[in-house]
Amino acid sequence: MKRYPLFVLVAVALVAFAVGSCAGATVTPPTIAAPTSAPQATAVPQPTAAPTQVAQATTAPQPTAAPGGPTAPPPTSVGSEVRGRLKTVLDRGTLICGVSGQTPGFSALEADGSYQGIDAEFCRAVAAALFNDVSKVEYRPLSAAARFAAVQSGEVDVLIRNTTFTTNRDTAVGLEFLPTTFYDGGGILVEKALNAASLADLAGATICVLAGTTNEQVLTDTFNSQNIAFTPLTFPEANALYAALNEGRCDAATSDKSQLAGQRAAQLTNPDDWVIMDATLSKEPLAPAVLQNDAQWADVIRWVIYATFYAEELGVNSSNVDDKLANGDTNTKRLLGGTGSLGPDMGLSADAFYRVIKLVGNYADIYDKTLGPNTKFNVPRGLNLPYTQGGLQYSPPFR
Amino acid sequence: MSFAPETLKPPAASVGVVGWLRQNLFSTWYNSLLTVIALLVIYVLVSGLWNFVTTADWSIVTANMRLFMVGPYPVEQTWRVETSVLVFSFLVGASWGVWQGVARSAALLLASILIAAAVLPVSESERFWFIGALVLLFAGFAVGHFTKPRRLLVWLWLLSLPVVGLLLYGVGGIPRVPTDQWGGLLLTLTLAIVGIAASFPLGVLLAVGRQSAYPAIRAFCIGYIELVRGVPLITVLFMLQIIMPLFLPQEITVERAVRAMVAFALFTAAYVAEIVRGGLQSIPRGQSEAAQALGLNSALTLLLVILPQALRATIPAMVGQFISLFKDTSLVAIVGLLELARIANAAANQPEFLGNLAQVYVFIAAIYFILAYSMSYGSRRLEKTLGVGER
Amino acid sequence: MNSSLPAPSAARVPFYRDIRVLRILAQIAFVAGVLLVGWFLWNNMVSGLARIGGTFSFDFLDNAASFALSETSLPYDPATDSYLYAFFIGILNTLRVIIVGIVFASLLGLLAGIARLSTNWLISKIAQVYVEIFRNTPLLIQLFFWYFVGILKLPRVRDSIELPGSIYLSNRGLALPWFTPTDTFVLWLVIAGVSIPFAYLVYRLLGRVRAPLIYEWRGGWAFLVWLALALVAAVVLDPFLPSIPEIRGFNFGGGITLSPEYAALLLGLVVYTGAFIAEIVRAGIQAVPRGVVEAARALGLSYIQTLRLVVLPLALRVIIPPLTNQYLNLAKNSSLAIAVGYADLFYISNTIFNQTGQTLQVILMIMAAYLVISLVLSAIMNLVNSRLKLVER
Repeated sequence: MKRYPLFVLVAVALVAFAVGSCAGATVTPPTIAAPTSAPQATAVPQPTAAPTQVAQATTAPQPTAAPGGPTAPPPTSVGSEVRGRLKTVLDRGTLICGVSGQTPGFSALEADGSYQGIDAEFCRAVAAALFNDVSKVEYRPLSAAARFAAVQSGEVDVLIRNTTFTTNRDTAVGLEFLPTTFYDGGGILVEKALNAASLADLAGATICVLAGTTNEQVLTDTFNSQNIAFTPLTFPEANALYAALNEGRCDAATSDKSQLAGQRAAQLTNPDDWVIMDATLSKEPLAPAVLQNDAQWADVIRWVIYATFYAEELGVNSSNVDDKLANGDTNTKRLLGGTGSLGPDMGLSADAFYRVIKLVGNYADIYDKTLGPNTKFNVPRGLNLPYTQGGLQYSPPFR
Repeated sequence: MSFAPETLKPPAASVGVVGWLRQNLFSTWYNSLLTVIALLVIYVLVSGLWNFVTTADWSIVTANMRLFMVGPYPVEQTWRVETSVLVFSFLVGASWGVWQGVARSAALLLASILIAAAVLPVSESERFWFIGALVLLFAGFAVGHFTKPRRLLVWLWLLSLPVVGLLLYGVGGIPRVPTDQWGGLLLTLTLAIVGIAASFPLGVLLAVGRQSAYPAIRAFCIGYIELVRGVPLITVLFMLQIIMPLFLPQEITVERAVRAMVAFALFTAAYVAEIVRGGLQSIPRGQSEAAQALGLNSALTLLLVILPQALRATIPAMVGQFISLFKDTSLVAIVGLLELARIANAAANQPEFLGNLAQVYVFIAAIYFILAYSMSYGSRRLEKTLGVGER
Repeated sequence: MNSSLPAPSAARVPFYRDIRVLRILAQIAFVAGVLLVGWFLWNNMVSGLARIGGTFSFDFLDNAASFALSETSLPYDPATDSYLYAFFIGILNTLRVIIVGIVFASLLGLLAGIARLSTNWLISKIAQVYVEIFRNTPLLIQLFFWYFVGILKLPRVRDSIELPGSIYLSNRGLALPWFTPTDTFVLWLVIAGVSIPFAYLVYRLLGRVRAPLIYEWRGGWAFLVWLALALVAAVVLDPFLPSIPEIRGFNFGGGITLSPEYAALLLGLVVYTGAFIAEIVRAGIQAVPRGVVEAARALGLSYIQTLRLVVLPLALRVIIPPLTNQYLNLAKNSSLAIAVGYADLFYISNTIFNQTGQTLQVILMIMAAYLVISLVLSAIMNLVNSRLKLVER
């Protein structure tokens, strides 16, 4: 009887101690990848999948050992002090990258358990710059609804998930957007049989849209401003939406045009029966995002992206990068770390951008691999050409 | 003169098949009508189901079997899952040998699943492994039957869960497989088992706290129980998945599956607490008074006298709650974890299997049904063995 | 116990062994512990929010929602209406599911529960199979099944199944004839509303009449009176026009359409909860002593009469408390609407926090809303329970 209160006292003391030690201690994050580089997919590989993604890492030549490769100074020797998120990521040894996982062409789970698409390539580009190893990425598939919370809470290091750069997200949501990796536009996918030429032809139609996307707001704004009646039908996930579209639950679906092309090829029983209308509803600049107020970390990703643009502009790609490093002009050598200290200045090694181009490629390489004419999506580059060819992709000078 | 008691045979119409039919199906005109309608309904349902089962293309299930069982668990590490099944097969077999009863039903269920799996077209190595599990099951039975190591077996069971957990997660020399890479039935069972194991003590604590003499503790427990019971599980899951990282220091990251386990434990604990409270209230005051008169302090009274009786009375409700927890693990699909339901959707999304949703849903529903029904069957058997409600 | 001992005057108990002091100390320590944990979490949250650059405020709720909703019970304009209003629409949509769901689940459960006890072996087995299958599989999978395998596989809107009475069934939903209100609709509604107390008065008056045909059916008579009043008013005022569903453009126009998402959610909740209610009803009926039933039969009541007048009223007392739990479960399970895309409270809130980034506030609002719904529901059921409780002597 009398000892009961003492138990409570002791228990409380224990809890207080535990909380105190939690607050003070730096706990090693339990997300360190297995050394054998097991499939890093957090989602579904095919049962028959051999661990093929290991090959990705091992077949890629080690750039530091490549002939003429620059000697990498230790990251902190010349450059700025590594802190914040960059330090967290480097200590952890893997990059946690928030992706969609359900968007063919951007980030979709392949049969072998790997993630493929332009977003996944940029995750790998960042990993190449940080770790010289594209397999050091942990993909976190996120629904549209969960994506911002995942950045806010620091659960993902970077969000590369076909996310439209908007004012509200940049300010109120607390993100910091990085250079646009894909200029997209909102479009509408309809059945050819409907012969819909303009939006007015869709009066009274049921239109499927993903919940919590900019497309959802754009759809409402566009149709309301043109006084076209419509019934929206929202789904939380792409899989459900295209299943419903396939069954004829809705007459059309709206999303970014490139996504519509990808989903049409991958998720509809008769892709040829469907057409993406010419009308573009909105500007959808898709950009990676990080949590705001960490300039160093944002800089790293910003310049990794710019490096892929700049490399295309300079004509450096993954196959000629060694040659260019040895024989290129000064701009090329500065980008690739042959001269100057661009890498160390932002807390990376000198050859960081060389690794990006070597292991992943320049923007054209990435695009052709994921969305280009040789893929089933065949999305024309359009605005995503370099500015020299009439597009919008433009990198500030690397100097 | 006495009459020899003449044994009258019952009228022919009330015995035998005909009698049974008459009594149970055609006793009145409306009963006959109901029977006819029921037969029609059964015919439509059964023939429909039969048609579906025999004509549908089940390759989506067979091709994705690995996914359904372990999800994205690394292929070269699958031996760890297989070893775990071997361990449990042996333990189930041994329990059958020792206790019979419920354990026997569980062992027979496991054995029939293993036999079915071994008969199905699987690769040679897998067949070998299924047969190995079967052999171990019966070996366990033999060992258990002849040596009856009751106490040892209880310890082995208690020990097996953490050991298997560590084996699957990776400790020491074996590579680590974070729970983010667990999926399918493996994840479903892990969530359920950890959820049950953690929510039970937590719930008992809450229930005891609710009866506490200290107003502060009582208020806290009541507040917690009522709050949690008033909100849907999915909000608790969202809270833990999306909000919790915000409440923790940045350096601490907790795996998503672990957060889901915490959510299940916190949620179910409130319900367990209410069930235990019912049990506690059913124990007459005399029991605690008698215990005190014997010189037990309040903690010992609770531990040795009250709780054992109270918990025994709550078995049916408790098992019901745990079945509901088991079914609710499917909700983590909504927050993006790859348990059975989400695997089902992902499989039906593969281009070659587009739209084969009926097959995958029927398949995973059957998995859930077999396990949940076995649990409730087991609890009914256990109730009988322990004689709950017979005093 | 201690009171029988001599007062401990000589040896004063030191304060650290004084049970009263220790008790208070323990509680203070407990509260301090709880506060400490709370402070720790709060601190982290504040610094976490600071990292995002946000603060804990609810101001965002006044902003225009700017996302369209597929189903609204009240007029809703995304361009002008606020997030708060969208949240409110979500609550209404949730209530629409809960209320209709409770009614149908109770009916189904009652039916299956009685069927489970039927003397007809086949009927009882069918009920048992229904109960076991639906109780032992997850609701989420049932919902997926109803929506993706059941309703979406119905014919497309152009090939709708036409049922008698201008009812159309397709995977765009169930289109039913309905009415369009005219200008006099509100007036009619007022008259119909005022007639309710009047009908109640009739009911009370008839209660004094001792003629069996009048007394026993006084509820029906009162209803007839109300119906007559409402009908006369309807004929005079002409408050609504019939509206027949027909395909206009892409969808059915006219009539009223029950959306597939709502239907799937409702179906899933009703069938799932109905299985649990069936078991409760069965247990309740079995709790009625056999003697009571036999007595009722001996008095000459028919099977149906026995059930209606004797068994069910008695069983109800056993049924209500667990039934309350099932109603609460149904209410909470309605949050799974997100699985089938029905715009309920939880789904709409999801969109809100996704658009605004104010995740914590919105989740707290969701929890509060469900808490209130649960409390109101259990308060109503407690009221019913206390009305039904056996008056003890």
